Amino acid sequence: MIDGKRVLIILPAWNEAEGLPKILREIQQKLPGVDTLVVDDGSVDDTAAVAAAHGSKVAQLPYNLGVGGAMRFGYRYAHLHDYDIALQCDADGQHDPSYVPSLIAKLDEADLVIGARFAGEGEYRVRGPRSWAMKLLSVVLSRIARTRLTDTTSGFKACNKPMIEFFSQWYPVEYLGDTIESMVGAARCGFVIRQVPVAMRERTTGTPSASPIKATIYLARAGLVLLLAMIRRMPKHIKAIQPATKKAAAPARQFAGRS
Amino acid sequence: MHLTVITSITGVLVLVYILELLRRQQLREKYAAIWLAIGVVVAPLGFFPTILDSTARKLGIASGVSLVLFAGFVLLLLVSLHLSWEASRLEAETRTLAEDVAMMRAYLAEHHDYPIARSNNDAAKATDPGVTA
Repeated sequence: MIDGKRVLIILPAWNEAEGLPKILREIQQKLPGVDTLVVDDGSVDDTAAVAAAHGSKVAQLPYNLGVGGAMRFGYRYAHLHDYDIALQCDADGQHDPSYVPSLIAKLDEADLVIGARFAGEGEYRVRGPRSWAMKLLSVVLSRIARTRLTDTTSGFKACNKPMIEFFSQWYPVEYLGDTIESMVGAARCGFVIRQVPVAMRERTTGTPSASPIKATIYLARAGLVLLLAMIRRMPKHIKAIQPATKKAAAPARQFAGRS
Repeated sequence: MHLTVITSITGVLVLVYILELLRRQQLREKYAAIWLAIGVVVAPLGFFPTILDSTARKLGIASGVSLVLFAGFVLLLLVSLHLSWEASRLEAETRTLAEDVAMMRAYLAEHHDYPIARSNNDAAKATDPGVTA
């Protein structure tokens, strides 16, 4: 519980038995009363057992569904168990749980809060085609979401209740869909997106790829995902889910939106 | 006449294969109908490749063979598109099932001491009767 609200931190984990104990211990120390759910995405190591041993709730997917699949499951879990706030956090330790309260505080004015690098805090640097891709994405997505977004592929996010319900029913599971398309979909359905600056830590396990060929492919795929996200029709029952922030909108704009 | 021999044999073989799959209930009805229709059209064309010549000429196509080639190409395109659509749908369905399984396993692990599989390999082994027997 934080301010009387039930909070769940979802950690999608694929073969993260090594890094999990550290991040789980950190969450328990810094954020007492917050539940964690480790979504074991078809790991072949001890991920699930380690997570359970460290006092986390555990869900084991029968086979690997990818980060997007694990996250959609996480939101379904949060919705089913009636959590007020759900956060997404990487299990490899690059997201610092100390930022969780600032993400949650920002939920007062938004439905979806992104913990963003490049927004003033931290030392994280990316160069070459990958950085161009990230810049392009941030420009386009900022325009769609009508707010400044500097780190669109961040896996550090917080959602309020309507956003959880939305993502539990509609969450893109393909590559990059879980970051880019999910944001576009939320923005197109009227959800308010904001970011807060966070510093990312070096991953405790695994290394990021830096090859220019891979980065170029990444750029192409990101463009495709963006294009698809813009032209895909949102199902009616998904559009019916109302953002919590809509009530706060100016009456004049609301009227204009309905006509 | 060599051409007619090859095409007629192919036509008959295709039709026989489709019928056999149907007979063994390996094809669902919705696919069966379309393949049966294709087989029934293709088989006679094998024996008389020239029967479409007049139709082709009316459509402005030089020979019946070209018409068959064109129609076949369009048909295969549509069939593969349909299969992509089916595969997407099936993937979405199995994904939902996998999530439901995980949801129930999580509930049972929390409230009823359902064992947490040490790794996915164990879970796979547990369902393999060869290992548990």
